Amino acid sequence: MLDKPSGKRLLDAVVALLRDELMPKLEGADAFKARVAANALELVGREIETGQVVEEGEHRRLVALLGRPGSLDELNRALCDAIRDRRITLATSGVSEHLWTSTLDKMAIEQPRYATFQRVRSEQKSGDAS
Amino acid sequence: MDARAQSSDMEKRLVAALSGAVPGISAVKDLTAVSGGAVQETWAFDAVTATARIPLILRRARGSMRADRAYGIDLSTEADVLRLAKAGGVPVPDVTHVLKPKDDLGDGFIMERVEGDTIPRRILRDTSLHAKLVRDCGAAMAQIHGLDCSSLSTKLEARQPRERIARIRHDYDALNAPSPVFELAFCWLADNMLSDIELTLVHGDFRNGNLLVGPDGLRAVLDWEGAHIGDPHEDLGYISVPSWRFGEIDKTVGGFGAREDLFKSYEQASGRRMNPERARFWEIAFTMNWGIQCGQMADQFLTGVDPSVERGAIGRRRSETELDLLRALDPKGAADAR
Repeated sequence: MLDKPSGKRLLDAVVALLRDELMPKLEGADAFKARVAANALELVGREIETGQVVEEGEHRRLVALLGRPGSLDELNRALCDAIRDRRITLATSGVSEHLWTSTLDKMAIEQPRYATFQRVRSEQKSGDAS
Repeated sequence: MDARAQSSDMEKRLVAALSGAVPGISAVKDLTAVSGGAVQETWAFDAVTATARIPLILRRARGSMRADRAYGIDLSTEADVLRLAKAGGVPVPDVTHVLKPKDDLGDGFIMERVEGDTIPRRILRDTSLHAKLVRDCGAAMAQIHGLDCSSLSTKLEARQPRERIARIRHDYDALNAPSPVFELAFCWLADNMLSDIELTLVHGDFRNGNLLVGPDGLRAVLDWEGAHIGDPHEDLGYISVPSWRFGEIDKTVGGFGAREDLFKSYEQASGRRMNPERARFWEIAFTMNWGIQCGQMADQFLTGVDPSVERGAIGRRRSETELDLLRALDPKGAADAR
C-alpha cells in the first residue's frame, strides 16, 4: 500500500505553490507559462480522479453498441468505421447518448470551464428540474 | 554566445537590413521577442534615426531555416499578399522590408508596428467598440475578396469546397487519432457539400486573436499565412468558430457580434449577396479543423518537435470542438446524456 499523502494531494499542493507563491512573482511569458503549467496539472488531477471510471463507462457502452468484445481503442475505431460507412448514424439507438456522454465526460476532465460545457450542464440541470 | 551578445548581433543586422528602407537609420532599440512558435517568431523593436523612432515588427522563420510547413504560404509570399491587401485598402500593416539572404536574419519580413490590442479577452471587455468592429470585419472581408491576385509572383493554392474538405480529411487521417464525432461531422459535410463557386482570395485565419483593434475599430488584420484562393464564405464562417468566441458563445462573430450584422456589412461593402448556408457549412468545417489542429499539436508534443507544456495542453483541447460539433449536429441529444 502506498503511503499518504496521495499523488493527487501532492499535485494539489504543487498547483497551489505555482498559483499562490510563484505566479505573483512572475510576469510576461514566464507568468503565462506558469499558468499553463498549473492548468495542465489540474487536468492531470481530474484525470487521476475520474479517468479510469470514464474510460470504463465508454468501453461498456461501446460493447453494448457494437455487440462484441474488444479493447477500448479497437471498439472506438470500429465505431468510427461504422459511422464513416453509414452503418451507424445518429438515428441508431444509443449512439447519440454514447457520443454526448463520452464527450461531456472528457470535457469534465479536460476543460470544465469551457463556456459550451457549462451551458450544456446548466441546460441539463434546468431540464431535470422541470 | 550569451543572450545579450546575440541580441546586439541581431540589432546590427537589422540596422544593416533596413539601411535602404529607413534612410538615416542609426540604431535598433528595445528589441523584444513577442511570440515564438515552433516554426515562426515575432519580434518588436524601434528603428532610430536622427529625427524619429519608428516602431516595427520582425516576422521570421525560426533560426535561419526557411519555414518548413506542410501548408500555408512562405513568409515572402505573405509579405507580397500584405502589400497587395494594403494597396487594395484592407487595414493591414505596411511592409517595410522583405529579408534577403545577405541580411543574414533568416526568412521573413519587417513591417510597421500598428498601435492597438490583439488580446481577445481584452477586446471582448470593451463592448463599446463591438458594433463598429463587426462592421469593420465585414468590410475588410469584402475588400479582401475583391482583390486581384494575378500580380502575385507566387500562385496561391486554389480549392473548391469539395477539395478543401478532402484536404481536411487528409489531415485527419494522417493523425491516426480517430474521433466518432469527427466522423459524424464528415458525414454531415458530405451530405451538405457545397457546389462550386467563383473563387476569390481568402484570408484563411480571420478570427478574434488575429485582429488588431484600436479605439476607432479594426486597425489591422494580421497573420496571413493561411491566405489562399477559395470560397469567400470560408472567412464568413471561420470568424464564428465557437473556440474563437472566448467564452462569449452567444455572440457568434468572434464573441463580439451577431452573424446577421457581419453579413449585412459584408453585403453592403461588397455589393454582392452572400449565402448564410454556405457560411454555416464552413463554420462547422473549421470548428472540426481546429480540433484536428489540436490533434496536430498533440502529435508535435508526442514526437518531441515541440515538447512545451503549452503544446501538450493544447493537444487536450480537441474535445471542446467535439462538444461544439455535437451541439450543432445533434442539439437535442444532450438531454439524454449524463
